[in-house]
Amino acid sequence: MTVLHATPFRVGAASWLVPVRASLVSLVGAGLLFLLVAIDLSVGDFPIPVGDVVRTLFGGGDEAQRFIVMELRLPQTMVAVAVGAALGLAGALTQTMARNPLASPDILGITEGAAFGAVAVIVLSGGSGYGGGLVSGRLQELGLPLAAFTGAITTAVLLYVLSWRRGLDMQRLVLIGIGLGATLTAGTSYLLVNARIQDAASAQVWLSGSLNARGWEHVGPVLLTLAVMVPLALLLIRSLNAMLLGDDAAQGLGVRLQLTQLGVLIAAVGLASVSVAAVGPLEFVAFVVPQVALRLTGGSRPPMLASMVYGGILVVGADLITRAVLPFALPAGIVTAAIGAPYLIWLLVRTNRRRTV
Amino acid sequence: MNARHRLGAEEITVGYGGDPVIRDLTLDIPDGMVTAIVGPNGCGKSTLLRTLARLLKPSDGRVRLDGEAIDAVSTREVSRRLALLPQSPIAPDGLLVRDLVGRGRHPHQTWFRQWSPADEQIVEQALRMTDTWDLRDRALDQLSGGQRQRAWIAMTLAQDTDLVLLDEPTTFLDLAHQVEVLDLVTRLNRERGRTVAMVLHDLNLAARYSDLVVVMKSGVVVTIGTPREVFTSALLEDVFGLRADILDDPRTGLPVVVPVSAPAQAAASGGTVAGSPSAAAASCGT
Repeated sequence: MTVLHATPFRVGAASWLVPVRASLVSLVGAGLLFLLVAIDLSVGDFPIPVGDVVRTLFGGGDEAQRFIVMELRLPQTMVAVAVGAALGLAGALTQTMARNPLASPDILGITEGAAFGAVAVIVLSGGSGYGGGLVSGRLQELGLPLAAFTGAITTAVLLYVLSWRRGLDMQRLVLIGIGLGATLTAGTSYLLVNARIQDAASAQVWLSGSLNARGWEHVGPVLLTLAVMVPLALLLIRSLNAMLLGDDAAQGLGVRLQLTQLGVLIAAVGLASVSVAAVGPLEFVAFVVPQVALRLTGGSRPPMLASMVYGGILVVGADLITRAVLPFALPAGIVTAAIGAPYLIWLLVRTNRRRTV
Repeated sequence: MNARHRLGAEEITVGYGGDPVIRDLTLDIPDGMVTAIVGPNGCGKSTLLRTLARLLKPSDGRVRLDGEAIDAVSTREVSRRLALLPQSPIAPDGLLVRDLVGRGRHPHQTWFRQWSPADEQIVEQALRMTDTWDLRDRALDQLSGGQRQRAWIAMTLAQDTDLVLLDEPTTFLDLAHQVEVLDLVTRLNRERGRTVAMVLHDLNLAARYSDLVVVMKSGVVVTIGTPREVFTSALLEDVFGLRADILDDPRTGLPVVVPVSAPAQAAASGGTVAGSPSAAAASCGT
C-alpha cells in the first residue's frame, strides 16, 4: 500500500510517495527474473553456459552464440517476459478496482472473449495448413490480434453494461464476468467441434497457451501496449487507492469513480487482448500473480510494479519448465493453469470460510 | 431558518428508479451548527445526506453549495469543501490508521504533490485531535469499534473541509463508544468550527449532541427545531409510532426520550413510567 510502507520523497515543492517494501520486492524480483531469463536462454538443443549467455546479452560471445541467443531464443523469452508483465498488471488493476481477488481478466471473461475471437479467425478462415502452425497465412497474422482485441472489448462492454446498476456493481461484475467466461468457453468449444480437424488441432494448441516459436513480431505489440498502459496505470493508482475505502468514501474524497473504472477496464482489455493474441490464453497468470505479489509486499492492494515483475517470472518460469524440466513438450499455459487452479480453489474455500465463520 | 448556510437542498426529489424516496424537500444546513437528521427506518434520511454530498443526483430540484448548483462544481472541488463519512465504510485488511487518515488528503494532492509537509502536518493534527495518534501504526482491523470510528473521523478531519457530513456515525457501537464518538463530533464543531450534519437513529443522542434536529418521515421533513422544540410525546407518537415520555435531563436540561413499554403501560395505564433500561432502547422504534 502506498501511503503505509511509503516514504515521502521530495524535490522542491513536488513530492512523491515511494513504497519502500514493494520497491525492494520488485528489485529482488527483477534480479530473479534476469537470472531466469539467462537460464531460459541457455537451455535448448545447443546448451550454452549461463555465463556465456549473460556475456552474449551484453555484447560478448562468439558468432554462433550470438545467433542462437539473440536471434533464436531471445524473442520467445522476451514474449514470456512482456506477456507476464502485461497480465500481472492487468490483474492487479482489475483486482484493485473490484476489491476482489477473483476480478482478474481471466476470471471476468475478458481473456475468454479474446480467445473466442482468435479461435473464430483460426477456424473460420480455415488457413491452417501445417499442423500446429498458427502463423500461417497473412489473414491470420493480421486478423488474429484484431479478432482477439475485438473479442475482448466486446466482452468488456457487455460486462460493463450488464454489471451496471446505478453505477458499476462489483459483486455483479464478478458474477456476470464468470458467466460470460463460461458462455464464451462454450462458444469456443462449439467452434472447435464444427471446425475442420486441422484447424481444430491448431486452435487447440494455441488455446493451451504456447510460447513455442514466438518471434520479435509477437514481442512488439505487447511492449507497445505496455508503453501506453503503464502510464495510464500510474495515473489511476491514486484514485484506486482511495477506492479501496469503498465507492462512497472514494467519491467523498473527490474520486471520479466511473472515469477511473473505465480507465481500468480499458487498460485490462488492452493488456489482456495483446497477450492472448501473442501467446494464447495463459490461464491464471493475471489472477494468481497480483495476489502472490500482494503477499510479498504486504500492502493493502496488489502492487502494480511487483505484479509485472512476478508475472514475468511466472511465465518465463513456466516456459523453462516446459522446455527443460519436463521430459515431454507441454504448452506453458498448462503449467500456469496447474499452478493457478489449486490456488483458485484455495482462495474460494478461504473466502467461503471467512464469510460463514 | 435565517441562519447563514453554505449547503442546502432546494425542493429536491430523489429516488432509485421506483417511487421517490425523498419528495420535494427543502433544507438548509446552518453554518457552524451540529444538525442531526432523525426519522424512522426508510424515511430517506441517509438518501438525503448522500444527495447533499453529491453521491446521488436528485431527479428534481437541486443541492446548492456556496450558492452554486452542486452539479456544476467539480467532484474534486466538492471534496475540498465537504467531507463525507459513509455509513459503513470499508477498509482493506491491514490498512494502518495513519494511511487511512492520510487518504483524507486526497482532494488536496496531485500526482506531482503526493505528500507535502502540509499534508503531514494536517494528518498529525487530525490524529491528535481524535486521540488516534498513539494508534497510528496499528492496523484498522485490530482496533475496537470506537477507536476505528475515531480514525475514520480523523480521515474526514484531514480532508480539511468546513462542512462534515456523517451518516450514522454510531451504528454498531456500544453506548460508551457512541458517546465517545459524539463527544468528538462536538469538539469538531466547538473547537474547529466545523459545520456538522449527521444522520442519527438514537433520539436521545440526537437530543444531547445536536443544536438542530431535522425530523423526517416518508421522504419529507416533518419538523425542524432545537431538541427542546422538536421532541414531544405527540411528535414521537406521530412520526415513530412510539409511545414515550419526555423527561428533562437534570444535568443538562435537555430532553430525554423514555419509551413506554407495553407492560408498564398496562400497569400504570398512562401514568408515570418506570425508566427504560437503556437510552438506546429508543432506537428500537426507529
